[in-house]
Amino acid sequence: MSDDKAESRGEGSKNIAKERLQFILVQDRIKLSPQQMEEMKAELLDVIKKYIDVDDNDIEMDISREEEMMAMIANFPLKKRD
Amino acid sequence: MKGKAIVITSGKGGVGKTTTTANLGTALAMLDKKVCLIDADIGLRNLDVVLGLENRIVYDLIDVVEENCRLEQAMIKDKRNPNLFLLPAAQTRDKDAVSEEQMKSLINELKEKMDYILVDSPAGIEQGFRNAIAGVDLGLIVATPEVSSVRDADRIIGLLEAEGLNDPQLLINRLRRDMVGRGDMMNIDDIVEILAIEILGVIPEDENIVISTNKGEPIVLKDKAYSGKAFNNIAKRLEGQDIPLMTIEKESLFNKVKRIVGLS
Repeated sequence: MSDDKAESRGEGSKNIAKERLQFILVQDRIKLSPQQMEEMKAELLDVIKKYIDVDDNDIEMDISREEEMMAMIANFPLKKRD
Repeated sequence: MKGKAIVITSGKGGVGKTTTTANLGTALAMLDKKVCLIDADIGLRNLDVVLGLENRIVYDLIDVVEENCRLEQAMIKDKRNPNLFLLPAAQTRDKDAVSEEQMKSLINELKEKMDYILVDSPAGIEQGFRNAIAGVDLGLIVATPEVSSVRDADRIIGLLEAEGLNDPQLLINRLRRDMVGRGDMMNIDDIVEILAIEILGVIPEDENIVISTNKGEPIVLKDKAYSGKAFNNIAKRLEGQDIPLMTIEKESLFNKVKRIVGLS
């Protein structure tokens, strides 16, 4: 979320702080830099592509946390049959 | 007597560790508890100044561990409260002058004489921090409602748990209710949600703290100061009393009017 969006919704800057923090803490906790994260995504994708046809455009990979637990959730949509 | 040793820590500097140690210690002493404060910030001592005891230092923490003096000789009695003692840091030595083992045995010795031992930790995560957490029972993490401070608090929580000091508690300092009210500062719930730890107390931003530090008199000695009350409440919670968090997030209309016309 950009500053402009938050401001146009009439929210204060605290939501920006919170979202940035949540992102930073995930990186701190798993000790993975944004570059390494991108590399991991690319490698994972290569592995999956060896076995199945996936739609490159709609792949989602994120690390999120709920309370005490962190999880990496990846979504690889399969290519539609022609 | 088997006292409880608590480290006051943060990771980030300048969030109020020393002020918290001085005030929480004074507040506990006012509850008739015997309290010893330890300044573990070797080379950058300040707890003596915040307490107004800088002219009374003869021996320090390093003198005790190097056996240049007895523990009792180095413990400075507070000028206002006979239950409160300070073990000052050495100013001219570096943090390697004391080891974790030495700190552990010092804390254990003090536990026999005191109800509470509060250790003021240096900023950072180096050897000074490791010395400050040696032998303690509880970690108290001070954080201000800022991104950098909360981030460092999270790091410290991880380090404490790695050292076997589980379930640290959080103290939010310098909360500004006006900024929280307009959504420009993270509130208590936001910070607790992010850090996922138990909260012990919240201290509002208060210019009286600067004045009290100027004078070397802890703010808890002032009956009317809002921040002083917050520290007194935290001391009571440590003593097991069930005191709800102060409602500093929502300001009453009356107080708001008073503040705007400059009465409070």
